Amino acid sequence: MTGERPVDLLSIIGSFVGAVEGLGAAHGIHAFAVPPEQIVEFCRFLKEHPALQFSFLSDICGVDHYPDLPRFETVYHLYSLNNKWRVRIKCRLGDPPHVPSVTGVWRTANWHEREAWDMYGIRFEGHPDLRRIYMWDGFEGFPQRKDFPLRGYKDKLNPFGAEGPPPTQPDLATRDIPQGGH
Amino acid sequence: MTEVTELMRPEGEALNTKEVLLNLGPQHPSTHGVLRLVLQLDGEYVERIDPHIGYLHRGTEKLAESFTYTQIFPLTDRLDYLCPPSNNLAFALAVEKLLGIEAPIRAQYIRVMMAELARISGHLLITGALPMDLGAMTALLYAMREREMIMDLLEMITGARMHTSYCRVGGVREDLPDEFLPKIREFCEIFPNRIRDYERLIENNRVFLSRTQGIGVISAADAVDLGLSGPNLRASGVDWDIRRDEPYEIYDRLDFDVITREEGDCYARWLCRVDEMRESIRLIEQCMEQMPEGPFQVDIPTIAFPVDKERVHCSMEALIQHFDLSAYGFDVPAGEVYSVIEAPKGELGFYIISDGSPKPFRMKVRAPSFVNLQALFGVTNARYLADMIAVLGSLDPVMAEVDK
Repeated sequence: MTGERPVDLLSIIGSFVGAVEGLGAAHGIHAFAVPPEQIVEFCRFLKEHPALQFSFLSDICGVDHYPDLPRFETVYHLYSLNNKWRVRIKCRLGDPPHVPSVTGVWRTANWHEREAWDMYGIRFEGHPDLRRIYMWDGFEGFPQRKDFPLRGYKDKLNPFGAEGPPPTQPDLATRDIPQGGH
Repeated sequence: MTEVTELMRPEGEALNTKEVLLNLGPQHPSTHGVLRLVLQLDGEYVERIDPHIGYLHRGTEKLAESFTYTQIFPLTDRLDYLCPPSNNLAFALAVEKLLGIEAPIRAQYIRVMMAELARISGHLLITGALPMDLGAMTALLYAMREREMIMDLLEMITGARMHTSYCRVGGVREDLPDEFLPKIREFCEIFPNRIRDYERLIENNRVFLSRTQGIGVISAADAVDLGLSGPNLRASGVDWDIRRDEPYEIYDRLDFDVITREEGDCYARWLCRVDEMRESIRLIEQCMEQMPEGPFQVDIPTIAFPVDKERVHCSMEALIQHFDLSAYGFDVPAGEVYSVIEAPKGELGFYIISDGSPKPFRMKVRAPSFVNLQALFGVTNARYLADMIAVLGSLDPVMAEVDK
């Protein structure tokens, strides 16, 4: 958001019925925190409100705040083509992390959410095809978590990795993810 | 006679066909890198595409968390390797916003000029590669000839043809060499005619036209919904260019047109890029005219390396400054920034979370190719295998950027 009409943006978002918390503006972008169960509703509100029209989803990314709690976070960056505004939405998540998917609001969320699942193990509920995207099927662990060693774990393909077993988490194993496709 | 009647089918009954799974890639010239597509085919009709990416995944974001800010520049080179100066610029801008500094005006002009050269270099490849995917080899050879001139220019400034790593936080690495300005003037004179050459090679090529016009049409609403950006989005009629709408560096001082087209097909995406190269030449010419003399990096010893490298050998302070910046880096105030530029492929964003240390806590790259490639699976009216190749080519993904 370029700061032309900040008052409008804040007052409109204030009219959203939900637990939205303003995190202030920095470097031209207003940030808001939303509880995970309201994320889809809030995104739809931002996208469909006639004065806002945040129709463009720039990015979704996962963040690992280890060892702080709550550990995980998803960050959404939206852009309004009409108003030339940007906003950032943040969702703090527990461990194991799960959050409703916004693929129903923007189709482009599909791969962003797959990436966050692949790298951080954030489960997006209602995602049509939540599989790993960069790492191969059967890879164990989530490589961008802060407790995952930079060089991976030692095995026969990776002699330079860290000692110790990979962190297997049965409840987050990739096997029980529904297989699907485009 | 009985055999013949067995072969004849009652009217209306479908032929006994079988669905075929076809593996395309990861080593295939028309996938523009290491993209693997598993296609479910019904005859020539693509029923379902299952993309497999990640063959080039290097973990840029994870690596960046263990590097100092200056060390990350070479990583950004390797995102979209057709236009490293753009990536360097995007990253430098993000860090500068966190630090609350701005590069000197001369450095901003140099960076913009480099970014526009990079844009031409990136667009040139696709200008030639899309016709080549569709069987017209000549355009690529011509495009490579001009791309070589840009490579020479980049080498003259940075010493490297591809991975330039030329930007620094707070400026650029070194000033332009004296012989550079005449060379780039020569390039700006020659190049517009060469663009005309590519157009003449293509605009009467009926095979190319019939395989791109009306193929892979993406409506404006779909393009926004799919997150397309850059020329791909503007070819669908959405008038959005970050250089104009959220100007960074000195773009607000320059005069240029944003190229849009209404058709949204493969040909429109190709034409958009060709016309953008013309605008880039205009921008480079204006940069050359307006570029002032002055420093090429900020005068902050805790951020910028000593300008005069000779001093490092004879001054204790300069030696300490150089050593400290190389070994430790510089602290960046805690905070978050999402900074975008108009890269040749679209919106290139860097989201950096800093915890106050000399290394980023989290760096996320919003890679335009990653998002643009996804749109291949949202295009509904290009369903023949041959059309899919045209759509893939016209979306112009660079796999190094897709896989990060």
